[in-house]
Amino acid sequence: MNLATLRDRAQLAEPRDLLRNPVVLSLLVLLALFAAGNLVAPGFASYGSFVNTLRIAAFLGVIAAGQTIVILGGGEGIDLSVGKIATFSTVVVAQVSQGEDERLLVAIAAAFAYCGLIGLANGIGVAYLRIPPLVMTLGMVGVVTGIIRVYSGGQPEGRAPAVLSQVVNGTALGGVRGSVWIWLVVAVCTIWLLRRTTFGRRVYALGANREAAFLSGINVQRNLVLLYVASSLYAALGGIMLLGFAGAASINLADQYQLISIAAVVIGGTTLAGGIGGYLGTAVGAVVLQTMRNLLIVLDIPAAGRQVVNGVILIVLLSLYGRQRRLRQ
Amino acid sequence: MKTPTLPPTTTLLRDARTWLLQGRLPITTAIALLLATLFANLVVADNFLTAFNIRSIFANVIPLAAVAVGQTVIVLGRGIDLSIGVIATLSSVVTVSVVEPWGLPAALLAGLATGAACGLVNGLLVAIVRLQPIVATFATSFVWAGLALYVLPPGTAAAPRMPDVIVLGYRDTLLGIPNAAWLLLLIGLSWLVLKRTRLLRHVYAVGGDEQAAFATGVRVARVQVLTYVIGGAYAAIGSFAMLANSGSADALAGGGLTLASIAALVIGGTRLSGGAGGAGGTIIGVLVLQLLTSLLVALRPPTDVRQLIDGLLVILALALAGLWSGRRRGR
Repeated sequence: MNLATLRDRAQLAEPRDLLRNPVVLSLLVLLALFAAGNLVAPGFASYGSFVNTLRIAAFLGVIAAGQTIVILGGGEGIDLSVGKIATFSTVVVAQVSQGEDERLLVAIAAAFAYCGLIGLANGIGVAYLRIPPLVMTLGMVGVVTGIIRVYSGGQPEGRAPAVLSQVVNGTALGGVRGSVWIWLVVAVCTIWLLRRTTFGRRVYALGANREAAFLSGINVQRNLVLLYVASSLYAALGGIMLLGFAGAASINLADQYQLISIAAVVIGGTTLAGGIGGYLGTAVGAVVLQTMRNLLIVLDIPAAGRQVVNGVILIVLLSLYGRQRRLRQ
Repeated sequence: MKTPTLPPTTTLLRDARTWLLQGRLPITTAIALLLATLFANLVVADNFLTAFNIRSIFANVIPLAAVAVGQTVIVLGRGIDLSIGVIATLSSVVTVSVVEPWGLPAALLAGLATGAACGLVNGLLVAIVRLQPIVATFATSFVWAGLALYVLPPGTAAAPRMPDVIVLGYRDTLLGIPNAAWLLLLIGLSWLVLKRTRLLRHVYAVGGDEQAAFATGVRVARVQVLTYVIGGAYAAIGSFAMLANSGSADALAGGGLTLASIAALVIGGTRLSGGAGGAGGTIIGVLVLQLLTSLLVALRPPTDVRQLIDGLLVILALALAGLWSGRRRGR
């Protein structure tokens, strides 16, 4: 059985330790945010509003899944290029499909292939050339910006095929939009991947103690490359969904997810040092961040004040669970 | 962190690399890159050595140089500040807003205090509240950006301007050397002075091994807070250069400096996990980045390809520097 699973069970077994569980904590924060929002604007905590929050949070949730995997892998692992890769994916799908339904599958395949190659480059840089992940993926942002420029000529053409928009925005069971269903599938697959597959166990092993992982026969470098490829594939999927939502691509559509995806991971209780955490927390973290954003919109304060409040709430959220241990105390 | 032994196929390569780099200073790569970019510029650009060109290169380099030196101090102490560019923005809008009523010296002091205060908040969050630096400073960057918008809303009709003395003086020369170059020298000297202080020795100790530094009686939290305060103050100095270069402030500018400052210090050989490196290398890294930009301007590639070449050159520089720090970190 997986270490993380064992820990989860152990924590859930003790009711008084429940508050220490980051997922429970994030859920409580979420409830508090909805309650606060409902005081300001009655109806904020309604079912419809909640479902709508999920619909938008899905993009962040999917992109942050890749970020979670990279961060869990440890060794200062982080992927600052997810936002730009997701943007590239929107541009590729829009241009390849030209808005035509029959070319959608080819376009999606192209987006996954191109973005996967970028992830491969990230992984090779980190694993074989030993470039620190922060630097490698930061440099990659510049390269992908250039690739987008070359690929689109600065003005992405095409738009989302009608089918894609319908799948992402269409309402299915219980008024829940398609993007939420896609996210649910992605979430279940990711949690399964991390908890029940060899790859998942290796991710935790790499993050917990890379030396020990190597000594127990794990090919450290190859698995590191896989982490970054996985991250870029999640980013590509997030970009595809975002294109379906936005309708048309632009050269910076998904850039905002670069750092907010890391915030979602940390709020969800995954430590940046690696090895501890999981996707469930990140998913809740994504919903928390989106709810916070909605709350700020409802509060209707001017842009300057909104930014300040945004930052302050983010700090409060982070201090609930993102804290490191004190030195020897 | 120890890294496992490489498979035998790459051992040969590693040995060759070790031999090549044995006993060299960490800034060897940076100096080599500087010479290479300088040479390339001399070959490609006919007007590279004109007084105007040299003046503008130095004028453009100061904001990033100051911010990157500040970032270096923070990174040496095992931190990182993702809000440092926005601190520069906030400090610049504060300075330009009060320069009219308060006069220049008071305005500069206000800007410096703003930068240091932002750094203090970051430092307290990281060292006392023990938030993880990357996410904590990302969060505070929203606060600074919001405050900057509040102080100087964009699109204001009569935006305040800096006095002409500053703007013209910035592009002037003294003893045949551009004033901006003197400023760069001053920034470098300030680092040399700083480096000799006990505080900086403690910063290196904390960056090298937090636990060991704590055990030997270094007040780790206090040292870390001070690195952020110093970083904020340098960001303020960078903001003055931004103001002098453009004459006015923009509440939305300066954000790009953050990531560029990290790139510069990595190229300059400072280890991202702290404890090794220095601002001398960082300044060289900043010059390398600036020379790469001017090289691109001179080459006049098709506009569409320009950004890609820029990105590839930067990642190449980062990779070369990264190979070095990767080797140092391993084994």
